[in-house]
Amino acid sequence: MDMSLEGRIRKDILDAAKMVGPVGAHIGPSLSLVEIVAAIYKEFNPKCDSIILSKGHGALGLYAVMHQFGIITDEQFVSFEQNGGEFPGQPSRSPNNQIVYSSGSLGMGLPYAIGLAEAKKQKGKVYVVTGDGELNEGSNWEGAMLARQLNLDNLTVIVDHNGMQSDGKCENILNVNIHEVWKAFGWKTVQCDGHSIEQLQCMLKDKTDGRPKVVIADTIKGKGISFMEGNNDWHHCSLSEEKYNLAVAELEETYGL
Amino acid sequence: MDFEKNNRMYSLLGQRGTFGVVLNEMAKENDSIVGISADLTKTSGLDRFATNFPQRFYNVGIAEQNAVAFAAGLADQGRNPFVCTFSNFATLRSNEFIRHFMAYMGCGVKVVGLGSGFAMGLFGNTHYAIEDISVIRSMPNITILSPCDCMEVAKCVEFCSQYDGPVYLRLSGKNNNPVVNKRDYSLRIGKGIVCSEGDDIILYATGSMVSVALNVAKLLENRGIHAKVINIHTIKPIDKQLIMDNKDYPIIVTMEEHSVLGGLGTAISETLAQCSYHGRVLCMGVEGNYKNPGTYEYMMEQNGLTEDKIFERIIEELDA
Repeated sequence: MDMSLEGRIRKDILDAAKMVGPVGAHIGPSLSLVEIVAAIYKEFNPKCDSIILSKGHGALGLYAVMHQFGIITDEQFVSFEQNGGEFPGQPSRSPNNQIVYSSGSLGMGLPYAIGLAEAKKQKGKVYVVTGDGELNEGSNWEGAMLARQLNLDNLTVIVDHNGMQSDGKCENILNVNIHEVWKAFGWKTVQCDGHSIEQLQCMLKDKTDGRPKVVIADTIKGKGISFMEGNNDWHHCSLSEEKYNLAVAELEETYGL
Repeated sequence: MDFEKNNRMYSLLGQRGTFGVVLNEMAKENDSIVGISADLTKTSGLDRFATNFPQRFYNVGIAEQNAVAFAAGLADQGRNPFVCTFSNFATLRSNEFIRHFMAYMGCGVKVVGLGSGFAMGLFGNTHYAIEDISVIRSMPNITILSPCDCMEVAKCVEFCSQYDGPVYLRLSGKNNNPVVNKRDYSLRIGKGIVCSEGDDIILYATGSMVSVALNVAKLLENRGIHAKVINIHTIKPIDKQLIMDNKDYPIIVTMEEHSVLGGLGTAISETLAQCSYHGRVLCMGVEGNYKNPGTYEYMMEQNGLTEDKIFERIIEELDA
């Protein structure tokens, strides 16, 4: 059955999660950032732009988007989480530069991206995808101050704002209005539906008046599969045949053409 | 650069000041060099660089993790960034960032640790760096340089300015840094330098301790004990060949202004263990708990790192 791009990416995520079996994968976080990464790749100029997935646990989502955009092959995609492979559970920089940034430890992507963006001023754009839980890490705010000071209008952070982190709801752990915080740091701060590629593209295109920009993308962890949505049990887990079939049936219904 | 002509000036400036002067000179010929400070521009001797090359100088604020990550991004775009701050903050506060960007991703950042060992004197234990070599040495890919005097600092900076891999450059000692090398020489990274010959005992030293080792050798000579002194300016990769070629000494002494755990003494002991050395290894360095702080000279005395104290310990060992 034909599905929309959003459906095909999600199907890739489920296929890979089922394929790896009991070792499991970060299914929930990957389903959350599908549209964010897809929107970036739609705006992306591979000659001069960079994408930094700072929330490394969304790796499978990144690979699935790259697969659907033809950046990585079928063969590469099915090497996900294979021992010694180039597409592990958290991204690892590859020699051929398909993946430029190794991640997994949170709060490191933004300050690194600032170095890239400073060197690429007037030459290329840098996109950073972070989680909202990830913003607990103080190094993000060291970076937020520096990026503003350097007027990096070629730098965009997209926060996958799904309201969940490892131990539960963000608001129950460190309750912060991230919109206000980014504004207070002097960034151009916008917010949109993080599951609308169209809206996200609009936000990415939006001019920034010389400042770095943050797009707070409102998302749902586990988006697209009703029993996974907002349920942290699906943060990292294995996917049985039975659940896989249920999930794919839902995808076909929601994203079928 | 005429290192020999500038040697006296370098010595007066100390390792930190020399670093600032030399980086400024190197930057005149090398556009890729970038200076990064975590709000210690003057203290790092980088004010001249900052004035001369404002487009290539960044004060990232009091944010060492950010300094390393930002530098890594610049390095991946073909720049050669030097991140300069006190060694303790440079290596300990930013430790995971060094591991991630320099060791794991291989970004060609140069971390320059100022005021290593006890050079920060009355600033106290928070500012001493006596664990820095240890924490960096266990990570792959990072070259660790620990120059013995200011001419060697200049040579290390020259190397770093042309090398695109990651380096930790450890600067030690105070102003009026003793001159070990009076004449210009060729610095080969990874190759120790024999400073004086002797058949009875061998003294390996790094950084500020090389001049101390040479003084200890003189005291031993007065007792008729002939010491060979070796300057290990490159702690990683350690010069295994040199160590294996010199294993026929009954006592091997190592000297460093650093913990005895994980630094030069450990690196040499590991190599000796691998080549079935049967003698005794005496590691001179910092041991035990943090002590109440004091001046540089006081701390060296308290930690048994003065020439007299080391001489006494060696004599005790020889008599034992």
